[in-house]
Amino acid sequence: MSWLEKIFGGTQPKTAQLAKERLTLVIAHQRADEAGAPDFLPELQKELIAVISKYVKVNADDIKVQLEKKGNYEVLEVNIVMPEAH
Amino acid sequence: MTTRIIVVTSGKGGVGKTTTSASFASGLALRGFKTAVIDFDVGLRNLDLIMGCERRVVYDFVNVIQGEANLHQALIKDKHCENLFVLPASQTRDKDALSEEGVEKVLKELEHMGFDYVICDSPAGIEHGAIMALTFADEALIVTNPEVSSIRDSDRILGILQSKSRRAKEGREAVKEHLVVTRYSARRVEEGEMLSYKDVQELLRVPLLGVIPESETVLQASNSGAPVIHTKESEAAEAYQDVVSRFLGEEREMRFVTYEKPGLLKRIFGGA
Repeated sequence: MSWLEKIFGGTQPKTAQLAKERLTLVIAHQRADEAGAPDFLPELQKELIAVISKYVKVNADDIKVQLEKKGNYEVLEVNIVMPEAH
Repeated sequence: MTTRIIVVTSGKGGVGKTTTSASFASGLALRGFKTAVIDFDVGLRNLDLIMGCERRVVYDFVNVIQGEANLHQALIKDKHCENLFVLPASQTRDKDALSEEGVEKVLKELEHMGFDYVICDSPAGIEHGAIMALTFADEALIVTNPEVSSIRDSDRILGILQSKSRRAKEGREAVKEHLVVTRYSARRVEEGEMLSYKDVQELLRVPLLGVIPESETVLQASNSGAPVIHTKESEAAEAYQDVVSRFLGEEREMRFVTYEKPGLLKRIFGGA
C-alpha cells in the first residue's frame, strides 16, 4: 500500500459482498435439497417409461422428469424426446 | 431443574468448537450450575488439553459406555472451577464405539447425578460421532467463522440437526439453535473483506448468541490449558462471558464488533 493510499484509502474490491452473494445461492440450494427433492421422482420416471414404451419406442434416457421451484409454486416438468418419425 | 443437553457443533473443523465448549461450560459452572462437558471426538480427543486435564485422564467416555469403568471414575473434576466435570473421549477406539444406547445411558446417568447442563463437544464432519453428539440435544451452539466454507457447513449441520436429533424424530419441540460467530475481525468487516455477523446471521437464520473476536489470548489459553474465559483483560474472554449471560437470558450489548478507523495523523505517522 503506498503512502497516498494509506492517507486517502485505496480502492479495494469488497470481497465480503461477493461471499454473501455466493453463499445465498449455495444455501438456498442446500435447503431445497434437504426439504427433499421428493423421492417419488425416480419411481415416476420408471413408470412413465413403462407406459410410453407401450406405444412408442423410447429409451430410458429420452424421458426427463424434474421438479422446479418457481416462487411459491412447483413445476413438474416431463420432457420426452420422441424418436424420429420414419 | 432437569438437565439441559447442549451440543456445540459446526460441521467444519478448526472453527473453535472445543474452545467454545470449554469456555461455555466453564462459564456456566462459574455461575453455579453443575456442568459436565463431554468430548465426542473419539480417536482425536482434545478437550482434555484445552481444559488442562490431559494428565489426569484414566478412564474415558468409551470405557463407561462399554462398562469397563463407571461414570464417577471417568469424570474429571475441573481444576479451575467448582461444579465442572470433564468426560474425555477415547484416544484409541474407533468412532463406532459410541453406540446410541450407550450415549443415552451416560446422559441419563448424568441427569440422575443432578447435572444442570451437559455440553457435548462435537467432532467436525457429519459422521457418526457428530451425529451422536447432536442426537440428544435440547439446544445447539452453532460455531461459525465469517468465511464461506464454515457458513455452508454450518447450514448443513443445521439441516442434520433438524432431521436427525431425537427431538426432530419424535416430533417434539425443535432443538433451540444459537449462533456463535468466532474469529471475528471488526476491522476486516469494516474494510469489506469479511462478512459481518449480521450477514452470517441473515444467511443462516439462527438467533445470534454472541460474537467472539479474533484474539491472541485464545492460543495462549490453549497453550497453558486454561479455557480462555478465565483470561483476565481478554476481549475473547469477555465475549464468552457475554455469551453465557445471554444464554441465561440476560441482556448484553454486542461488544468488539465495531472498528474505529484511525485518524488522518495516525495513518500518516503510524501508531499502534
